[in-house]
Amino acid sequence: MASANKPRVKVPKKAAAGDIITIKTLISHKMESGQRKDKDGAAIPRKIINHFKAEFAGQTVFETVIEPGMSANPFLSFSAKVQESGDFQFTWTDDDGSVYEASKSITVS
Amino acid sequence: MQIKKASQLAIRALLAPSIALAVSSAAIAGPDENELSIEGTAIATDAEAPEGSNLQHLYSGWRYRSSETQALQMDDFENPAFTAVDTGEELWNTVDGSKGKSCASCHNDAAESMVGVRAKMPRWSNTLDRPHTMETQINACREEQMGAEVWKWESGDMLGMTAYLGLQSRGMPVAVDLSEGDMQSWAEQGEEIYNTRYGQLDLACANCHGSNNGKMIRADHLSQGQVNGFPLYRLKWSGLGSMHRRFKGCMDNIRAEPFKRGSDEFIALEVYTANRGNGLSVETPAVRQ
Amino acid sequence: MSFNRRQFIAIGTGVSASAVLGLAPSTASAAGELAQAAIDAFSGDATPAEGKITLTVPEIAENGNTVPVEISVESAMSEDDYVAEVMILADGNPAPGLATFKFTPMSGRANASTRVRLAQTQDVYAVAKMSDGSVYMTSKSVKVTIGGCGG
Repeated sequence: MASANKPRVKVPKKAAAGDIITIKTLISHKMESGQRKDKDGAAIPRKIINHFKAEFAGQTVFETVIEPGMSANPFLSFSAKVQESGDFQFTWTDDDGSVYEASKSITVS
Repeated sequence: MQIKKASQLAIRALLAPSIALAVSSAAIAGPDENELSIEGTAIATDAEAPEGSNLQHLYSGWRYRSSETQALQMDDFENPAFTAVDTGEELWNTVDGSKGKSCASCHNDAAESMVGVRAKMPRWSNTLDRPHTMETQINACREEQMGAEVWKWESGDMLGMTAYLGLQSRGMPVAVDLSEGDMQSWAEQGEEIYNTRYGQLDLACANCHGSNNGKMIRADHLSQGQVNGFPLYRLKWSGLGSMHRRFKGCMDNIRAEPFKRGSDEFIALEVYTANRGNGLSVETPAVRQ
Repeated sequence: MSFNRRQFIAIGTGVSASAVLGLAPSTASAAGELAQAAIDAFSGDATPAEGKITLTVPEIAENGNTVPVEISVESAMSEDDYVAEVMILADGNPAPGLATFKFTPMSGRANASTRVRLAQTQDVYAVAKMSDGSVYMTSKSVKVTIGGCGG
């Protein structure tokens, strides 16, 4: 699969004030659980995305603490209530400290 | 090509009753009746069997999967293969190699120029005097037209590109043409491999996917072994994989020494299996278990 | 040789008896303990009650690597009354934790979907903690199948 950890995000482009929209996110990541063993029987160290956050205009809308039981290429779908136009910020945090980001704008009438 | 037969009679004697039990005692259930529609567009998942086929009707592997697995293919966002498609699209527009070109430099918009290409693969190459698969064709272009390095068969780059280009034929009927060059003889070699028993389990592709498709083997619903969805996202791999990876996996499962990706054997098998599925819609990038 | 209920289900779905016997009964119950400990820690002083949570999982997961899970909790999601957190667990996994969803009134609705790994046939739990500290819980069984040729 792709070597880079690419995020994909789906946010409706438009909504009416007060609408509850559905947001879908996916990021390519092996999510090495720490349970697997290599050819010599040694445990392959854990390396997963351990946290996801969705913010709107700097305020947290939704967060997930992610455990090794999550599938590879973590998929998260959730809701958000929108009152005004603005930008959603999405952040994924890797065990190794790397941070992956994406953002999407929405026009709210 | 050496035909391998299992000589461990003891193992066969032990396994034969349990395999027979697993297949005959479980429910015989053909493919389901579900309909595939992606982003609002209906895609046929079955077709009339081509003339001379020993299948009564063609069914895509999609029809044998659980409804949750099927659902993953019905939405291009839910389909985990699409991060690879994004990679492919990026690579298409990236300059690479000594000649300073990207794929787009010659082929412009893939959504126009690549329509129908994957549907006809593998196809005959007069220059090479052998068939081209998507992978070998991409590498030929990279080497000769771009002066770029070839990609490994199962690399993220190659998978991304074959997924992206395969998508441009999605919904079109597979149409492998055996009348060109020596395609017919490659198909016949592929058919022979398909019908040859290999490995400790002494099984041929035909034993499961020909005679027993539709039945349950343990808890797996046996498909016809069609290849119209490759490269595809396999839940077992938690990732995208090529057709030849799947061929190799099946050979590993029957405890055979597998042929290599890109080998003459697997290319012949690809020619045969793709042609065997002529008429099925391209579903690349599909989702399977 | 006695089989527990989980092993009976595994045999029933076609898993060979030898594969089932390979699962040490002690592993299965140890995971149950870990899951219970996590639920206790999450619930704090509250006792989990039934209701409010809809947990959607497949009855049979074709492959344990990618099992869709969806939770939805009834709530006004207002500033004074909202779902604060929902934890999902798998009691038969080597480590039961799957994810903890954290909601805010800005979520609008307390629902989330994801995909999880299930190592074997087992129960998936969803535990919801409300803004007032009350806790709700539900669980569902998922059969996880093994492919035909061990593939």
